[in-house]
Amino acid sequence: MIFVVMAYLWAAILLYILLGGADFGAGIIELFTSEKNKAYTRNTMYQAIGPIWEANHMWLIIAIVVLFVGFPEIYTTISTHLHIPLVIMLFGIIARGTAFTFRHYDAVKDNMQKVYNRIFVYSSFVTPFFLGVIAGSAVSGRIDPAANNFLDAYVYTWLNWFSVTVGFFTVAICGYLAAIFIIGETDDENSRVRFIRKAKQMNLAAAVFGALVFWAAHAEGIPLDKWMFDNPVGIIAIVAAILSLAVLWYMLLRKGKVIIIRVLAGFQVTMILLAITIRHYPNIVILKGGQYLSLLEHAGQEKTIQSLAMALLLGSLLILPALFYLLYSFRKSDIVEH
Amino acid sequence: MNDFLAARSQMALSLGFHIVFSCIGMVMPFFMAVAHFLYIRTGNDTYKNITRAWSKGVAIFFATGAVSGTVLSFELGLLWPEFMKHAGPIFGMPFSLEGTAFFIEAIALGFFLYGWGRFNQWFHWITGVVVGISGLVSGILVVAANAWMNSPAGFDFVNGQYLNIDPIKAMFNDAWFSQALHMCIAAFAATGFAVAGIHALMILRRRNIAFHTTAFRIPALFACIAAVLQPLSGDISAKDVAHRQPAKLAAMEAHFKTESASPLVIGGIPDPVAKEVKYGVEIPGLLSFMVYSDFHTPVKGLDQIPEDEQPPVAITHYAFQVMVGLGMIMLAIAACYFVAIIKKKSWLRMPWLLRLFVIATPMGFIAVEAGWTVTEVGRQPWIINGVMRTADAVTPMPGIVYSFYMFTAVYISLSLIVTFLLYRQIRMVPEIYDIKTPAL
Repeated sequence: MIFVVMAYLWAAILLYILLGGADFGAGIIELFTSEKNKAYTRNTMYQAIGPIWEANHMWLIIAIVVLFVGFPEIYTTISTHLHIPLVIMLFGIIARGTAFTFRHYDAVKDNMQKVYNRIFVYSSFVTPFFLGVIAGSAVSGRIDPAANNFLDAYVYTWLNWFSVTVGFFTVAICGYLAAIFIIGETDDENSRVRFIRKAKQMNLAAAVFGALVFWAAHAEGIPLDKWMFDNPVGIIAIVAAILSLAVLWYMLLRKGKVIIIRVLAGFQVTMILLAITIRHYPNIVILKGGQYLSLLEHAGQEKTIQSLAMALLLGSLLILPALFYLLYSFRKSDIVEH
Repeated sequence: MNDFLAARSQMALSLGFHIVFSCIGMVMPFFMAVAHFLYIRTGNDTYKNITRAWSKGVAIFFATGAVSGTVLSFELGLLWPEFMKHAGPIFGMPFSLEGTAFFIEAIALGFFLYGWGRFNQWFHWITGVVVGISGLVSGILVVAANAWMNSPAGFDFVNGQYLNIDPIKAMFNDAWFSQALHMCIAAFAATGFAVAGIHALMILRRRNIAFHTTAFRIPALFACIAAVLQPLSGDISAKDVAHRQPAKLAAMEAHFKTESASPLVIGGIPDPVAKEVKYGVEIPGLLSFMVYSDFHTPVKGLDQIPEDEQPPVAITHYAFQVMVGLGMIMLAIAACYFVAIIKKKSWLRMPWLLRLFVIATPMGFIAVEAGWTVTEVGRQPWIINGVMRTADAVTPMPGIVYSFYMFTAVYISLSLIVTFLLYRQIRMVPEIYDIKTPAL
């Protein structure tokens, strides 16, 4: 049963990166779009994510609930030592979710729209940035449960080059996913070309920040290159990601099928997550001094894990068909607005 | 303010904020479903417009409730890591099921809000009902988790170890039913009176009278039924609390001395030092009767509870008095309304009846906050009743005061913006929802 729970945790994180990430990316793309195209981009994005955005963010809740029910020590260690970035991320989540809804449901469309827009785009940047920072910090080996001064225990755990570059890398990935997604959501040829260019830019940004992550890891003494490339799964995953990226660029240039482009982008992100997580399996938090928090050793008692697994299985029987039908029903951007 | 008090205040603030939005999120869909149903059956556009107007409100409240709920799932660990480390695996079952219910709610809401004219109208209607049902289920599950803190079950506490964990038993603890019942009815009463009150105000101001009169009837009926049922569920809850948490009941009633024919104290200022209540009205024997259905059986007073296991008496007592007092007023309004719809139809046109509803607009939510204060403050000093103290659960991180200030600022701004948006929705009713020639 523990493996069922672990699989769900991994899947929830992956789906949150893919769906929630594309959702954050909507704001990131808006932030990096020129003033004259902003309104069009915003509307296209809204049409695409309006009905599904709430559901996209549920994956975070699933992941966090799995952690605090099944792996309480991992949950409490992270929430104690990464308290500050978590709080900033939460402010981002509050600001983004409410601004997105408020700008649409404000009965009067006046200057307040500018306020909502600004809050939405900045929080769309800040939230995934700190999600990345938190993820980077979890494996950075900086969390020191024995630290006895404020800075070591609560600040340097996340304020380091490695965590910060992972944060930027996450933002770039979100923007990339959103740009790929939005290509298929417009019928206007000019906009299509513009979105394809945006996707290429975001892809390059991700590559640059990805390289910076390796540089930062090296500078901070984190053996990231070894983690990624000293095992066959890691190597295969990274090679597959690069090959699929080549195919994707070819498709972008040749105006290939949108669905294939989307699948390829999703595949790359999946492979990156796989390469990062497989080497440390079953550990998900690396503490100072090489100690680990492991999903196997730090799991809750047998009965807890069993009932958690049952709840997840039961939940997915209900959720997945409904979610697929939702995505299917609103797959085209021809929503009648009421 | 020290960090411990700041952590408690931040948690109280976050829950106190979230509870309003979740009540509205779980009850409004039922009001919409009724209006929507009437629209489909009668074809009357007013019902459709009411459904649409309400659905805008629901979208605003749902989004705010969803983010504040997400924040809470993190705050449990951010503020109370020691509690979550031990409690998470035990009382986590309702949370893992709640994840599903919440997810379903979000999916159904997507269908409902964007489904106009896209789906078969009954399918569309059902998605609205699903929003309500999954919201209600979410609420019940979360309250069941809270009930576990009042009535811990599903584990053996041996030498500081939590052994033989049984999450199912923990979920179905002794308090889950009475608490969940009381909370659900409270949500219907609070949301019903709030919505009915706003429509009543608009009728009194002679704005879109037909629209608002039609809209008023649905929440008013729900609210009044809930207001009548609530004292009954309150009685179940009080007996339950007396049985499981005598210290909480003693604090609620400011019941200092254990004696035969325990009196019910109404109002008054409890003095914890002198251990007496000043200026209160005492009805001898009534507390004994309410708890044990017998006027003479003594009810355990605070004198039988160790000093360091007593909750703050004054706050608990005041909050309880506020909740019960408001409950009684709402019950009286409900009685008037039932007389009006059954016997005296002429009352329905009287401004005084509408004025009563206007006055009652915030009452349900004040009662909800007061009741929440009773259950949380009344459990102190425990976070898990009789097992773990709140002071032992708090995060070791210093500086929580600043976090509390920031959260306060964020929640105050959010409350202001939501109020502003609601005001705008209502002001735009003539232009958007109640036009002679519908644009749709």
